[in-house]
Amino acid sequence: MFRHLIKKFLRLLSVLVAVTALTFLMMDVLPGDVAYEIAGADATVEGVKALREALGLDRHIFIRYGDWLAGVVQGDFGRSLLTHEPVANAIFACLPVTLELMMISQILALVLAIPIGIISAYRSRSGLDRAFSATAFAFMSAPVFVMAMVLIYIFALKLRWLPATGFAPLSEGLLANIRSLMLPAASLALLEWAPLMRVLRSDMIATLQETFILSAKAKGLSARKILFDHALKPSSFTLITILGIHIGHLVGGAVIVESIFALPGIGRLLVGAIYSRDLNMVQGCILLITLGYVVVNFLVDALYSFLDPRVRAQAD
Amino acid sequence: MAHPIQNTESACHGPMPLSEKLGIGFWLSVGWIALVFACAIFADLLPLAEYDAMDWKNQASPPGFRAIRSDSHGQSAITTVYVFGTDTMGRDILARLIYGARISLAVGLIAPMIGLVIGGIIGMLAGFYRGRAETIVMAIMDVILAFPGLVLLLAVYFYLGPGLDKMIFALGFLTIPAFTRVARANTLNFSQRDFVTAARALGQSDIHILAREILPNIVMPMIVYALLIVSYMIVAEGSLSFLALGVPPPTPSWGGMIAGGKEMLDEAAHVSLIPALVMFLTVLSFNLIGDAVRALVDAREGQL
Repeated sequence: MFRHLIKKFLRLLSVLVAVTALTFLMMDVLPGDVAYEIAGADATVEGVKALREALGLDRHIFIRYGDWLAGVVQGDFGRSLLTHEPVANAIFACLPVTLELMMISQILALVLAIPIGIISAYRSRSGLDRAFSATAFAFMSAPVFVMAMVLIYIFALKLRWLPATGFAPLSEGLLANIRSLMLPAASLALLEWAPLMRVLRSDMIATLQETFILSAKAKGLSARKILFDHALKPSSFTLITILGIHIGHLVGGAVIVESIFALPGIGRLLVGAIYSRDLNMVQGCILLITLGYVVVNFLVDALYSFLDPRVRAQAD
Repeated sequence: MAHPIQNTESACHGPMPLSEKLGIGFWLSVGWIALVFACAIFADLLPLAEYDAMDWKNQASPPGFRAIRSDSHGQSAITTVYVFGTDTMGRDILARLIYGARISLAVGLIAPMIGLVIGGIIGMLAGFYRGRAETIVMAIMDVILAFPGLVLLLAVYFYLGPGLDKMIFALGFLTIPAFTRVARANTLNFSQRDFVTAARALGQSDIHILAREILPNIVMPMIVYALLIVSYMIVAEGSLSFLALGVPPPTPSWGGMIAGGKEMLDEAAHVSLIPALVMFLTVLSFNLIGDAVRALVDAREGQL
């Protein structure tokens, strides 16, 4: 069990080092850098050179990477090359918005996926099951920005139930805060629920064949009690794993959704930094996103082996 | 979402009632894709407006709008019909959709080919020769797989800059690990079969065995997988273009068109929603075709 987790942890570290080293390397190989961006269009060659020296861009790539990495270990991500604000401050200001968005969207996705998955498994191969499957298939084919535009059109512009863009921080009240995140979270959730529902449905169908379900039926328990109390937990292992994997989808989706809805989250920060070629900011965002992603996967993996004795036995 | 790598399909092998046989949905999908293809290929021959010609008098005009303007001598009137209306810059949406289809199809079809060929070769060699090299190769692939796809694409854009070729390469690169896995798993399976042992006993060279005995057997699952990846690629391209990080303007692309109508969504919803519908139908069609073909191949393999 522990060896398994240590192996996973080492892999986690190697992913982080590989990703950051790669971004640094690409930066070095390719032409054009932020010094020109800062200096502006009418800069002299000497001016740009001086600026490069001041920013430390003229040093060898290994030294710069080592410097940056040493800083990161101490919690120092450097400063934005454009605004000179510490990268860590900018990121931590944006982080809560992204986390809240992802949390609400995961909850919405599960609220859709669990009941529909259970009903589909219980009434497997019925007309209802087919209708749900077809719906899920259609939702899996709608790109997140298409979904977001349709939701804005219906709920913000036509029905005027929810705000179209903008973010209300918690200081403006919980309701306003959640209302401002409702459409962005729904855009992500409507995309994520379908695969979740499908894995739950197929696992549930397998569980419902088991003898302990038969004995529960023989005891005369109601269908609702059997499904929720007896069948749901042993059917949700794959669901949990998929939830972890989907963090990656959600991160990608969050980048787009935050841009559409003008939410001050990490995704919007990253896209803005890309537009202005702010290397330190891009590096910081990418590192943080990768970190979050691999840590969540690591935790899901640990949780999975904790929940399912078969995996635990295999790993030892 | 725009994550071409993690194949959720494999994780949920639950029987999809929808994909049991090639139903009407499959043939409708084939019809739609054929139409999109035909339009994209023959775009230059179709009687279309220039995709970047701006009609400043008729911005965001509704579908079916007839624009009447006098010719250069101010004599006779010329009527232009905008079948799907015009966008916020007064450009013909139909023309832009059709030229945009070229970008989507190019990305959707070429990028998986890169992954198919490179990933296929690496996976076959890894599965055939095994050993330490296989372990290292698969570990590297895991590292690539462990990264959120869209963020990697954004990083690539940041360092390489815009361009269709660069985007196709980046997307193709992203699909390599998944294809490597599929190729390796299938090669492992077939390397144990009797006909490979027989070929070895006959003194055939490794290259001969790989090319003549193993390759024909793993081609089909690889192509099925490529088909499933196509829609991911189209969505990924759309996402980048939507963020204005895709092909540079004025070249039209569906994602860019959808983003372009965002500011006027209330007054002229068709500017965004028509491209959105076209993109949705195309992605749905590719998904339905991929799913149906996979089910078909799975069923046939099951019978063998």
